[in-house]
Amino acid sequence: MADQVYIEDVKVGDEIPKLVKNCNTMQLVMWAAGSGDYYQIHYDKDFANLMGLPGVIVHGALKHAFLGQMLHDWLGDKGQIKKYGCQYRGMDLPNQDITCRGVITAKEDNLVQLDIWAENPNGDKTTPGKATVILPSRG
Amino acid sequence: MTQEPLITDELKAAIGREAAPITIEIDKSAIRLFARSVGHVDLIYYDEEYAKGKGHRSLVCPPGFLGHGIHTPLKPSGIIGNSVMAMPALNFQFKGLLNGGTEFEYYGEDICAGDTLTGVSKIGDLRERSGAMGKMLIVVTETNYHNQDKKLVATQRGTVIMYK
Repeated sequence: MADQVYIEDVKVGDEIPKLVKNCNTMQLVMWAAGSGDYYQIHYDKDFANLMGLPGVIVHGALKHAFLGQMLHDWLGDKGQIKKYGCQYRGMDLPNQDITCRGVITAKEDNLVQLDIWAENPNGDKTTPGKATVILPSRG
Repeated sequence: MTQEPLITDELKAAIGREAAPITIEIDKSAIRLFARSVGHVDLIYYDEEYAKGKGHRSLVCPPGFLGHGIHTPLKPSGIIGNSVMAMPALNFQFKGLLNGGTEFEYYGEDICAGDTLTGVSKIGDLRERSGAMGKMLIVVTETNYHNQDKKLVATQRGTVIMYK
């Protein structure tokens, strides 16, 4: 984890450190247990094909959790997530990079607003969202 | 083509209706399992002494996680965990479900192992949209979670897309 970021360090337009994830099917099985989402389209290829999918797909909520990890790792010990969410606009597949990114869109007192998203290797924003976080002040 | 609206008066009446509360006991193993499945690297999700050294009561719930609802054979949890378990019943026949989106809001309270949360869900809104799969019903759910001290600690909003 990086050094603590403070409100004085950031300005509108800044990009926060990106987080690159790449899940294999084992991670999807771990997520199924970790989250409690046992829907078979995420680990059973035959079932996924039956549902008209090209194969198993990455859970939407796992991408939400990846965006949460990106925010948490940037915020450090003293920052806080106030609100964050995303929409699942496109599917992501196992064994492909899922790149989580964020850009600061507003700043007032200790509150910072961001556009956040996950993108696939083609640069398509499959999972766009927004976040509000609280950063500590220096001194 | 008929132009009958998907959202009937009966469905409209479901807006705002609350489901029965669910109880969640947050434990250390569940937090470690979730954090590992995401790939978190901060030890506040794994090492209790480390977490306490950072000012937390115990291991901390990672973003997007509020533990698992209690499962018993008498009250099956279904396949999609807390969110569907807690959803108010909706009389609508559909072929498939898609997860449309997720939002978590926090209120500055630490949510840690050892906490017991009570979650109450309601249908916040119903919308209708036409898309690639024809007419779709968009269901927005909202779940408020209070801890053992009756403090509101989190709100989870979800969007479920039902298609015929």
